[in-house]
Amino acid sequence: MTVSTKTDQILSADGMPLKKSLGRALRHQKRRALMLVAPLLIFIFVAFIMPIVSMLFRSVENDIVVNTLPQTVMALQSWNAETEELPDEDVYAAFAADIKLAAETKTHTKVGLRLNYEQAGIASLFKKTARKVKKWDIESDGPFKEKFIGVHKNWGKIEIWRTLKVHSSRYTSGYFLNAIDMRKTAGGPKAQPEDKQILLLLFQRTIIMSLVITGSCILLGYPVAWLLANVPLRKANLLLILVLLPFWTSLLVRTSAWKVMLQQQGVINDLLVQLGMVSDGARLVMINNQTGTIVAMTHILLPFMILPMYSVMQTIPPTYLRAAKSLGATDWTAFWRVYFPQSVPGIGAGSILVFILAIGYYITPEIVGGTKGVFISNRIAYSILKSLNWGLGAALATILLVAVLILYWAYDKMVGIDNVKLGG
Amino acid sequence: MTFTKTFVASAALSLAAGATFADGHMANEMTIVSWGGAYSASQLNAYHTPYAAKTGVTILNDDSSSTAVARLRAMNEANNITWDVVDVEAGPAMQLCDEGLAMVIDPDTMLAPAPDGTSAADDFGDMLVSECFIPQIVYSTTFGYRTDLVGSTAPTSVCDVFDTVAYPGKRSLFSVPINTMEWALLCDGVAKADIYDVLETPEGQDQALAKLDTIKDDVIWVSSGADTPQLLADGEVVMGATYNGRLFALIEEQKQPVAMIWDGQVMDLDGWIIPTGLSPERQARALDYIMFATDTQRLADQAKWISYGPARASSAPLVGKHADLGIDMGPHMPTAPENLERAFLMNYSFWADYRDDLDAKFQTWLAK
Repeated sequence: MTVSTKTDQILSADGMPLKKSLGRALRHQKRRALMLVAPLLIFIFVAFIMPIVSMLFRSVENDIVVNTLPQTVMALQSWNAETEELPDEDVYAAFAADIKLAAETKTHTKVGLRLNYEQAGIASLFKKTARKVKKWDIESDGPFKEKFIGVHKNWGKIEIWRTLKVHSSRYTSGYFLNAIDMRKTAGGPKAQPEDKQILLLLFQRTIIMSLVITGSCILLGYPVAWLLANVPLRKANLLLILVLLPFWTSLLVRTSAWKVMLQQQGVINDLLVQLGMVSDGARLVMINNQTGTIVAMTHILLPFMILPMYSVMQTIPPTYLRAAKSLGATDWTAFWRVYFPQSVPGIGAGSILVFILAIGYYITPEIVGGTKGVFISNRIAYSILKSLNWGLGAALATILLVAVLILYWAYDKMVGIDNVKLGG
Repeated sequence: MTFTKTFVASAALSLAAGATFADGHMANEMTIVSWGGAYSASQLNAYHTPYAAKTGVTILNDDSSSTAVARLRAMNEANNITWDVVDVEAGPAMQLCDEGLAMVIDPDTMLAPAPDGTSAADDFGDMLVSECFIPQIVYSTTFGYRTDLVGSTAPTSVCDVFDTVAYPGKRSLFSVPINTMEWALLCDGVAKADIYDVLETPEGQDQALAKLDTIKDDVIWVSSGADTPQLLADGEVVMGATYNGRLFALIEEQKQPVAMIWDGQVMDLDGWIIPTGLSPERQARALDYIMFATDTQRLADQAKWISYGPARASSAPLVGKHADLGIDMGPHMPTAPENLERAFLMNYSFWADYRDDLDAKFQTWLAK
């Protein structure tokens, strides 16, 4: 009589407890599903996440100095950068050995370029110096201190050695400090000189203008989406094509078209002058400033606002409005108390989409923004493409990414991300 | 395995032996990177088509020069160089050279001598500003003005740009410190020879910005070479800075009422670099192309299609007429004697050092 011991468990056909058997089947299914999406996951990881992470990692990476000038960095450790005394002969001797080796492998120019981002003039200093040091004999030609100062007077300046020491660590906070208009110095982080403080201003401007653009997209997009959702299907399809039409023209063409429209000798100004609303001498300035950026970007991003709104509004039954009115609500009350709350998820989705796209926009502000309408992305592009200061570019991009994540989180807390609908 | 080894060995051998034996081991396809538009078209006519006809090579064009430096660095890090010959300005070429991304060129063995036997090094002379750079053309950044909008006395000096009383109206300038700050100092009374010494000091930088402050409200700041011609054609500005080739096209091809100032033109060079890290047969092909495309006749030919001056001294007498318009191209070259005497030479090593620092200051000043 040993069989009856587990009467409380239901057994499946093969004698296993049902719960365990079901669990196994479920796990099996899950594994199969995971294997199905695995190619996509692996693709995203390898082709998207890894490159981004490795690019962002450059914002703290700084091993070029210590790798190229290892003995100098070592020797500089015993030197106090906050004194007013030059490093002693050991440092100069170590530097001579390092720079000679670097010149042979042609890496001295790279380290020169790196340090030139911190102090203008170091790039050519390294080049000039390396040309001379190549001919020196490290064993017998010392002492080097005077020789270096003879090559270039800047080797007798403390600032150069401070820069070298401060930026010699393998990982650095320097790029992030630069990204917020500060700099790393021997005495800790300090503010950049006032005539070089531009990045925080650009961050602030990017956020504010993106908000304005999002707001104007809501104002312009809401009636259009409402119309799309409430006219007969055939007309709605036609209207939808008009909304989508801009997607099929090149971004550059659309942006340039705004130039033709908005410039001082442009279509709108000509029209206003002809109508006598503006005198010929006082034509409006609507481009190469913030207005230009806001107008052009609102136009370009409008479909991203209309489409999610439209798909949400489509699902709001018109009977609700009729019911509200039959119960005595005015048109406004019916709209505001019944229709609008149901369309909020569409506004939320559109706003997130437009705001996040706007914050990273680069080509449109570049073309129509002049000097007061450019965004932080234009500065990132300059760092990556022109000055090749990838560390600073990465730091700026990281800050932008974190800012977006924080805003997303704040939105989730305030409105709730479950409230966002792209359709259905 | 043995095949690869023999192949590599023979390629190395052919390289060592120089161009004469390299022929059998050169790639049949090459990617040439340039700026696109009229400039690429002039290269196509003057270099690519005759070279392809001579050798049967397929040439792929990539119009990526404006982002070439960053992309070459990325390619180098990924260890996958897809470009064979790249057209860049002298400044970026020096940067690429310093980063080890462009190969060092020996003018004596890798470039063709002039027809009269002058060595390439002497023929190019001062134009060889970097050991990795093979100059092609001299271009300049200079001012054009609307002949119908400047009143009875046409501007003749770069300093007229700063004279908003005699020449009211908007003017366009590039929103970068390069050239702009030099002009400001020049027109603030600094001697040409002292400009870079002054610009090295914070006081000099402030002086340049203070001078620019006097016209700040009258300037439309532009970012690309195509902007100023458009603004001039639309009558948005009365005068503006851009590349001389763009102004030539505006004046001679599009027949707009525009003329050039030439005074204070800042000359710059454009030319080729060969990326490091190419396979031996691709490198041999790139070198063979360079040898062909930068000889005396070829450089002179390019001026038939675009108004940029050849970088070789021996090419200048061979510059003829424009291929379509039939006008004499000589006087339209930045290097023409009467234009040259009012020119201003950019100091590359200064900008290599100060570009970042001054750009930050300049952008901060612009944003104020």
